[in-house]
Amino acid sequence: MTHTAHSADGGSSPDRRAQSPEQRPPEQRLALEPDEIRRALTRIAHEILERTSGATDVVLLGIPTRGVPLAHRLAARMEQVEERPIPAGSLDITMYRDDLRLRPARALGHTDVPSSGIDGKIVVLVDDVLYSGRTVRAALDALGDIGRPRAVQLAVLVDRGHRELPVRPDYVGKNLPTSKQEVVRVHLAEVDGNDAVLIGGTGGGTGTGGGTGTGGASAAGGTGGTAGTQADGASA
Amino acid sequence: MNRHLISAADLSRADALLILDTAEELAQITERPVRKLPTLRGRTVVNLFFEDSTRTRISFEAAAKRLSADVINFSAKGSSVAKGESLKDTALTLEAMGADAVVIRHPASGAPHRLAGWVQGSVVNAGDGAHEHPTQALLDAFTMRRRLGRLDGLSVTIVGDVLHSRVARSNVLLLHTLGAAVTLVAPPTLLPVAVSGWPCSVSYDLNATLPKSDVIMMLRVQQERMNAAYFPSVREYSRRYGLDAGRMAMLPEHAIVMHPGPMNRGVEIAAEVADSGRSTIVEQVANGVSVRMAVLYLLLGGAEAGK
Repeated sequence: MTHTAHSADGGSSPDRRAQSPEQRPPEQRLALEPDEIRRALTRIAHEILERTSGATDVVLLGIPTRGVPLAHRLAARMEQVEERPIPAGSLDITMYRDDLRLRPARALGHTDVPSSGIDGKIVVLVDDVLYSGRTVRAALDALGDIGRPRAVQLAVLVDRGHRELPVRPDYVGKNLPTSKQEVVRVHLAEVDGNDAVLIGGTGGGTGTGGGTGTGGASAAGGTGGTAGTQADGASA
Repeated sequence: MNRHLISAADLSRADALLILDTAEELAQITERPVRKLPTLRGRTVVNLFFEDSTRTRISFEAAAKRLSADVINFSAKGSSVAKGESLKDTALTLEAMGADAVVIRHPASGAPHRLAGWVQGSVVNAGDGAHEHPTQALLDAFTMRRRLGRLDGLSVTIVGDVLHSRVARSNVLLLHTLGAAVTLVAPPTLLPVAVSGWPCSVSYDLNATLPKSDVIMMLRVQQERMNAAYFPSVREYSRRYGLDAGRMAMLPEHAIVMHPGPMNRGVEIAAEVADSGRSTIVEQVANGVSVRMAVLYLLLGGAEAGK
């Protein structure tokens, strides 16, 4: 799912996300370059293969919006190494969120579970940003209604910290120390037209949460201070 | 989306498409081992039915239960309405019980609109008199889109008792919003006077409209609402406006046959047509649950309006 209060309404505002670097608010900076994203995903793909002994029973499930293309990219890399198809799909968690009643009803993402199902399989959940951990909790509930996997693992491109639930990722592309006022935004070519991970202030003030923090250049290592409402269960 | 769903005209094109897309996702859960979502846990949906109904009430009940809402069924028979309680007092009673949504069917046109002014929760019109039945129109549109892949530019022909049909009115309004062209075919006595103001065309000749229809929707002859003679005999109606195998053969290859139910087999639709592969009648019932889940989710799933 999405990773900030500002973008928690899913893909409804692609125009804002697809903004070119020049239009970017000045306090935003690039945390991961396209090449770094590519290398991180290649490494995660190999780690999954290693940890699951060749991924014979693995099903990759991406969490919409940006977890889905990530899952497919991982699957493609794993297929190259193993030379056989790796099932990948998507798992929408909207109906399982714990913050549904905090904002207007939102459009659902697409759930597409590979035909092989998930019973007895090792399911690797894939998301772009791990934050509070609430999205992962919702995803575990959603999985339980679809079947009974042998094991569930978690792969994320970015872990930005500030967990609110006991959730720990198995595969991490990059640990990004952030303050709670900051917004981490992942761009992927399939959705946004380019690959990048951006980190910065309060996202140009377009958000609904409207955290009071000014965020900005204090960037990495900030300890968060008062969390604005933007942090409330935004997702992870 | 508005807080209530009273008329198909309340829905913008974006709202209607959001409901259909949401229903498409929710339709998937019928194929899962656990056919239930936790989304409306702790919310209460009251089914307030002042008129007989099988499929609509059961459909709303199934939809609410699949979203984990608590459902209270209220039918006029055996309730205080039979003792003369007014709609307003009934509404206030429901309000006191904490209903988050009231699904109402009422023989009087406009009853849901009145109710919406009295209760805090959302009101969903499940059919009011000869006025509207918006969720039926939504499930019809959903069925057409699933079968034919699109709604924009479709030619939809609605045949029969338009005068007494809330389904026809809601369908005309919704399909117009979604870009389909609707033609009503009926004897002049079964068309409302104001039909000239509706966003559709009118014909009295069924055979002429069949070859250019992508969808043909047969309406039930509502004998229980007819105090006067609208046509000379059932047999004559059936000969001129009923859909039999001969007429079905005049439809284009891809065309589908719809009916909101319950059917009068042998009157407006021949049994062989109703049971043919082109008929979507059973599908419509299944789709009804998905569409009503989508409506309940979008009305109740988020923050309350104004909060």
